[in-house]
Amino acid sequence: MKLQIASRLAIYALLDLAAHPDRQVSVAEISEKYGISTHHLAKVMHTLGRSNLVRAVRGAGGGYQFSGNAKRTTLLDIVQLFESFVQEEGEQSGLGGNTETDRALRQVLDEIDDIARATLGSITIATMLKLIDAHRVRDRNDTEMAAPHA
Amino acid sequence: MDAETKTDEKPAHSSLKIRRARSEDIDHVIALDARITGLAKPDYWHDIFERYRQRRLEERFFLVAVSDQHPETILGYVVGEIRAWEFGSTPCGWVFALSVDPDARLQHIGERLFEAISDEFRRAGVDKLRTMVARDTPLHMTFFRSEGMMAGPYIQLEKSIEAPTKSKTGS
Repeated sequence: MKLQIASRLAIYALLDLAAHPDRQVSVAEISEKYGISTHHLAKVMHTLGRSNLVRAVRGAGGGYQFSGNAKRTTLLDIVQLFESFVQEEGEQSGLGGNTETDRALRQVLDEIDDIARATLGSITIATMLKLIDAHRVRDRNDTEMAAPHA
Repeated sequence: MDAETKTDEKPAHSSLKIRRARSEDIDHVIALDARITGLAKPDYWHDIFERYRQRRLEERFFLVAVSDQHPETILGYVVGEIRAWEFGSTPCGWVFALSVDPDARLQHIGERLFEAISDEFRRAGVDKLRTMVARDTPLHMTFFRSEGMMAGPYIQLEKSIEAPTKSKTGS
């Protein structure tokens, strides 16, 4: 599945901030790390601030700080701030004309949506941080295995 | 989403002990399950006790968590077994029950039970652990995710097999 850019930016930023909850990180730092526009990211941070997931710290060395609950905030909570990634109840494209064929196809597509929603809704920021650590360890091990031994 | 409290974690339970279930635990397990699910299932649990406490213990594990101070009080339990060759699946550890007393949650008891049964499976020679949870129960889903579980190579399917209702013409 594909997430909208704003959702992905929000997830990247929150994971960076939650990994170092005592540190303030500027929009410029996050933008540079992920190669994204500061303008777009600033709008995303504003939305996260309104949801109390981050707090802006003003002054020298200021930036944003994580202020949410990493064990309670799921990827679904974040994504839903920016998009309705599944078709809402009763929402129809107009295609298909509510025929038996259309209803059968929607039943299959709803199954996919339900699984996507359950997946995003069960993975918290804390779980994502563990997953990132696991990737880091795997990458390090791969690098060590690939390095020529002296 | 709960962005109000930064953490609701309590300190890890200091005197927790994980051990195999004993016959005197059964009523406590039945009561704990009934308290959590709202449905008492004594017949089911007596059957599970009989099968998982007495036979093929090298591949069946019924573990309970107790505290040193109150060893008769069950704080949580986990039940699992090694399953093999279901539609070609090589032997794996399968967890089908895990519960923690609601008053004792957020003290890493579920995590300790999960680790304990993982150790048992590992010692028994398997390197994969699987389970099945309802996708609309966030407590179970988030717990198993937090323990590193991801979607596996199998997908659960179901079909209603109720008897079809007859039409008025009887056809």
